[in-house]
Amino acid sequence: MHIKSMAEYMAEGTQPEVLFWVGCAGSFDQRAQKITKAFATILDKVGVSFAILGKEEMCTGDPARRSGNEFLFQMMAYNNIAVLNGYGIKKIVTACPHCFNVFKNEYPALGGNYEIIHHTTFINQLINEGKIVMKEGGAFKGKKITYHDSCYLGRANGIYEAPREVLEALDVELVEMKRCKTNGLCCGAGGAQMFKEDEAGATRINFERSEEAVNTGASVIAANCPFCTTMLMDGVKNKEQEDNVQVLDIAEMVVQSMQ
Amino acid sequence: MPILQQIFFLLVLGAASFLFYKKIKSIRRNIFLGRPKTFAGDSAQRWKNVLLLALGQKKMFKKWTPAVLHFFVYAGFIIINVEMLEIILDGILGTHRLFAPALGGLYPILIGCFEVLAATVLIACVFFLIRRNVMKLKRLNQVELEGFPKSDANLILIIEIVLMSLLLILNATDLQLQAMGSEHYTQTGSYWISGLIAPFFNGMSEAALIGLERSAWWLHIIGVLAFLNYLPYSKHLHIVLAFPNAYYATLEPVGEINNMPSVQNEVLYMMEPDKAPTDIDPNAAPQRFGAKDVMDLSWKNLMDAYSCTECGRCTEACPANITGKKLSPRKIMMDTRDRLEEVGKNIDANGSFVDDGKSLVHDYITSEELRACTTCNACVEACPVSISPLDIIVEARRYLVMEESNSPQEWNMMFSNIENNMAPWKMSPDERDKWVEEMV
Repeated sequence: MHIKSMAEYMAEGTQPEVLFWVGCAGSFDQRAQKITKAFATILDKVGVSFAILGKEEMCTGDPARRSGNEFLFQMMAYNNIAVLNGYGIKKIVTACPHCFNVFKNEYPALGGNYEIIHHTTFINQLINEGKIVMKEGGAFKGKKITYHDSCYLGRANGIYEAPREVLEALDVELVEMKRCKTNGLCCGAGGAQMFKEDEAGATRINFERSEEAVNTGASVIAANCPFCTTMLMDGVKNKEQEDNVQVLDIAEMVVQSMQ
Repeated sequence: MPILQQIFFLLVLGAASFLFYKKIKSIRRNIFLGRPKTFAGDSAQRWKNVLLLALGQKKMFKKWTPAVLHFFVYAGFIIINVEMLEIILDGILGTHRLFAPALGGLYPILIGCFEVLAATVLIACVFFLIRRNVMKLKRLNQVELEGFPKSDANLILIIEIVLMSLLLILNATDLQLQAMGSEHYTQTGSYWISGLIAPFFNGMSEAALIGLERSAWWLHIIGVLAFLNYLPYSKHLHIVLAFPNAYYATLEPVGEINNMPSVQNEVLYMMEPDKAPTDIDPNAAPQRFGAKDVMDLSWKNLMDAYSCTECGRCTEACPANITGKKLSPRKIMMDTRDRLEEVGKNIDANGSFVDDGKSLVHDYITSEELRACTTCNACVEACPVSISPLDIIVEARRYLVMEESNSPQEWNMMFSNIENNMAPWKMSPDERDKWVEEMV
C-alpha cells in the first residue's frame, strides 16, 4: 500500500478527501504504530482518499501546554497551522484524542480552523454509511469486552457513544466498568504525565484503572487513544494478565473484523 | 414595653444587615482582585445552567442519597424564608402572626407546610451529621478537612437543627397559649407538626409558656441573623454563590485550556517581526505568566474559591488523589480561598496589598501537588457548583514552568525534544513517516 503525503497531492495538483493526522505516538511509538497502520488500512480498504503530512507533521504542543510551557505550545501551533493552512487543509481525522482536542478547541483561536474528526467517530460514520462491512462471525463476536473512555474524547469533548456504537457493530458483549463515561477514570497519561514518573503515592493511576478493567472479566480492553493503550498494557502486565487480556484500539478491532 | 422590644429588634436587624453587607462587600472586592475575564454571549444557555445546575441541582443527583437529603434542606431553606417575612414584620411592627387574620383557614395549612419542611430539614441534617461523624465517609474526613473545615461543617448542621427546633417549639407553645385563650395569641387552628409536639408542654403555666414562646421566637430570629453573618466566613456561602457560579460556568468544551494572547503574540512577532507594534511603552511592566498568587488568577477562579462547599466530590473523583498522591482538587480551592482571605486582610490593614513574602504557589499549594494532575477534568465534571480546580492548576503550572523554570527533569527533556525533534521523544523527525514503508 502506498500512503501519499500532502506534498505528493500538491505536486499532482489534487486534494485528498481528508488529512490523516498521525500524531507523535502514532508515528514513533511501536505499539501505537500498529494503530496507525490499522486505521490507514481501513481508510485504504474503504477507498477514502487521504494524505499524511509525513515529515512535515509536528507535535501539536499538547503536552507542552498542559505542563505549563505555553511558549512552546504557541511555537508548535504557529508552525503546524502555517503548514496546514499552506496546504489548504479543510478536514482532518486523527487517532489521538489529545491532537483531536487541540485541533477542535485550541487551534481555532490561533487561526487554525478545520473540520476535525476522531477516528472512532469516522469509523462509526463509515459503518453507518455501509462502507465498512463486518465479516460473518467477526473476530470479536460475542466476546466480553470493556471500553475505556479516554479523558480527552470523553469528558473533554463529550464523545461517549460513537466508539460504543462501533463496538456494537462488532457484535461484542460490552461490559462497562463502574467508572465509565462522565465518571471514567483517567489512565494516568494526560497532562504530560506520560513523559514523567508518577508523583509519590500508594499506586500508579494506570495500575488502578487496569485492575478495574481486568476485574470486569473482559478479554479485551478497547481503547481510543495511543497513550491510554500504552498505559493500560503496562497495567495489565503488572497484574500478570497479559496472556488473558488484550488492550486494543478500536481501529485494530475493526480492521480484524471487516470484510 | 412592646415599643422597647420593637426598637431592640430593629437594632438587631439593622446591625446584622450592616455587618453582612460589609462582609459581602469585602468578599466582592476580594473576588475582583482577580484578573479580568470576559464571557462570550449566549446568555440563554447561561440561564439554562443556572436553572439546571444551581436551582435544579442536576449534578448533585449523580449521588442519590446525599442529593435527596440535600434537596430537603435546600427546599426547606428557600421556602421557610417566606415565613421569615412574617417573623421580621412582626418584629418591626410589634404584631403577632401578622398574616393569620388575612389568610384565615389557609394560615395553619401554610404554617403546617413550613413545619413539614422544617422537620425534613432537621432529619436530613441529623443524617448528614451521622454521615460525617459516625459513618465517617471518606470524602468528608480527608486530611485537608482537619481543624476548622470539619468544625465548620458540623456547626452549620447543628445551627440548622437548632433553628428548626426553635421554630417548632415556638409554634407548639403558641398552640398551647391559643388553647388557653391567652391574650395576644391569635386563634389560628392547629399546625401539623407542632400540634404533635404541643402536648409536651401540657401543665405549664401561662407565664412559663409565654416565656418559652418568646425565648424561642427571639432565639430563632437572632440565630437566623447570626447564621446569616456566619455564612461569608464559612463554606456555607455556596448557597449564594452557586447561582452566579453556574451562570459564569464555561460553555466551551472543558478540554479547552485558556489561550494566552500575550504569548501567542510574542511568538507571532518573533516569526513575523513586521507585525510587531512599534509603539510599545518600554517601561510597561510585563504581566506575570501564569499564577503565582491569587491576584494572578481570574475573578472567576476566585469566585470559585468562595463557592466551594468542600463536599469533596472532586477529590473523590481525582485519579491522582485516588492513587495516594498529594493532589486534592478540593484543597486547591480551599487554599485559594484561605490565601485570598489573607490577602484581603492585608489590604484592610495596609490600604493596599503589601508584600508579605508569601504566595499561593509554594506557601499553600506545593509543586508536587501541581505536578500530579493529569488534566482529566474529573474534578470539573464532579463539581455540583461549576468550579474548575483544573483552571487554577494549569495557571499555577504556567507560573512554575515559565517564570521559575521549575519543572521535573523529564519534562525539560520532553520540552527540548519537542523543540528539536518536533516530538516529545528523542526521535529523528526524518523517521516520522517510517511506518509507511512497513505497510503491506
